[in-house]
Amino acid sequence: MPFEMPVEKSSSAVNTVTIGATADEGGTRLSTVTVGGETALPFLHFEGEMPHRPAIAMEVLDVPPEEWPGPMQEAVGDVCGDVAGWARKCVDEFGADMISLHLVGAHPDQQDRSAEECAQTVKAVMEAVGVPLIIWGCGEADKDNEIMPRCSEVAAGENCLLGTATEDNYRTITAACIADNHKLLAEAPLDINIQKQVNILVSEMGLDLSRIVMYQATGGLGYGMEYAYSIMERTRLAALSADRTLSMPMLALVGPECWKAKEARADEATAPEWGDAAERGIAWEATTATCFLHAGTHILVMWHPRAVEIVRNTIDSLVKQEG
Amino acid sequence: MYAIGERINGMFRAVAAAIKEQNPEPIQGLAREQLKAGAQALDVNVGPAAAEPLAAMEWLVKAIREVTDAPLAIDTTKPEVMRRGLELSGPGAIINSAKGQQEQLDVYVPMAIEYEASLIALTIDENGIPRDANGRSEIALRAVAAAMEKGLPTDRLMIDAVILPVNVTQPTPGHVLEAIRSVKLLSDPPPKTVLGLSNVSQGTTQRELINRTYLVMALAAGMDAAIVDVLDTELMDAMITAELLMNRAVYADDFLKAYRASAAG
Repeated sequence: MPFEMPVEKSSSAVNTVTIGATADEGGTRLSTVTVGGETALPFLHFEGEMPHRPAIAMEVLDVPPEEWPGPMQEAVGDVCGDVAGWARKCVDEFGADMISLHLVGAHPDQQDRSAEECAQTVKAVMEAVGVPLIIWGCGEADKDNEIMPRCSEVAAGENCLLGTATEDNYRTITAACIADNHKLLAEAPLDINIQKQVNILVSEMGLDLSRIVMYQATGGLGYGMEYAYSIMERTRLAALSADRTLSMPMLALVGPECWKAKEARADEATAPEWGDAAERGIAWEATTATCFLHAGTHILVMWHPRAVEIVRNTIDSLVKQEG
Repeated sequence: MYAIGERINGMFRAVAAAIKEQNPEPIQGLAREQLKAGAQALDVNVGPAAAEPLAAMEWLVKAIREVTDAPLAIDTTKPEVMRRGLELSGPGAIINSAKGQQEQLDVYVPMAIEYEASLIALTIDENGIPRDANGRSEIALRAVAAAMEKGLPTDRLMIDAVILPVNVTQPTPGHVLEAIRSVKLLSDPPPKTVLGLSNVSQGTTQRELINRTYLVMALAAGMDAAIVDVLDTELMDAMITAELLMNRAVYADDFLKAYRASAAG
């Protein structure tokens, strides 16, 4: 008897979201990124459409980490003190689809940078690269409410992705997104119920659901990745069963999470049995990213250029339709 | 739950008056309001008093089609009125309804196929309404067999196990729940199940409470669709909550708003 592929058809689709605006669209980006639009689980081309490929954003920090792991030092050590140069290298040399700028220097425990300083950083990165930008605050709610409106303003019309809105702190950033025409990154702490709630809250402020990208606080391989995976998968299934409050594309913060892990960071002297330190962290990051692709992630925020290359090749092979 | 809004029915005085005066506004208002409140389809019934049911149905469907493309459940016992209603509402309509005797199934199953419609089959036949769940299932099986024989996909068949007012016959609500469960075993894919819910509370003093309590019980038994008063907010809240408790929707603190945001889209 010939094998008959069981096919599940869905009547709904994940929202399609575009980040970035070219000159024609009122911005200055040379390219834009469009994600979403699928009508099936990831890469199941025989069940539905997957009109857009997942995108890779590379993260740059306005203040480089104090303890850079060896492989990261080797890859970007020469530029990581200059955020614009770092961003340029990610695009020109490493082929990043987007730049994810994390304004960690604004944190009161870091350098407590002012809104104006942060806005200048945004501007510098914007001028250095032609790809779309994701802009993150420092993660401290009050400080983010101070810096993000100004950062949003200097990037007005560029259709950036601004983050993050949380259940307890969403008003200021949502208002900024609405005012300056950006997309919003809605965050939840590994909790699908809270994700849905944040989406409802921001949409009640007047931001259309179609302008949201979702971010579940990601766990890396070995550190809760499977929780993030199952939440993302369940979120995707909700989108395919027409839950409009969970139909947005998803982002995963892969690089920073992975390189926190001792398995990725430890040098060979500390853990000789774990093998070559030059490859280990890269493998850790590429593996985590690949898993999230299968969970339905649309935007991967990554660190190491070699991991980016591996994942890009993986995406190439996965989006290719058979036959 | 697939909610079919019951309010465009000539039994309601405002609707009867609008039909009589050929005034489309109240009808179109009801269409919009019901869709906004979560109806996925609209029942359309000219009512018992309409002088010319065919002309009244034509006028009603045309008036509704000016404001929405939502599926319509054409609610009449007259085949020629049904045919015209289906023609005017377009593919995806619902035939409401056929009785379970063979002569009726022979008319309406082919009609459902011809107009790409779903068919509501009542578990009533020439002997009337069965006294128990088994009798209901037997008639349902006849409808399923007719659908399979003539080529109507069984998931476009909706079995209505016919609820009666609780103050008329108290065992019936239980029988209907049992029938809803057993009808699901009749075919693969199984037929859908539907109820004209408001009938359960006809003539009682606590209509809304009885309606929403029974709706939740029927949902738990596996009911897929119901013809309901979607403008009854507490009824719809109970339905949304039941869906949540059956894990058909993801919880959020504002789950009622979330459901409505999705329904509105």
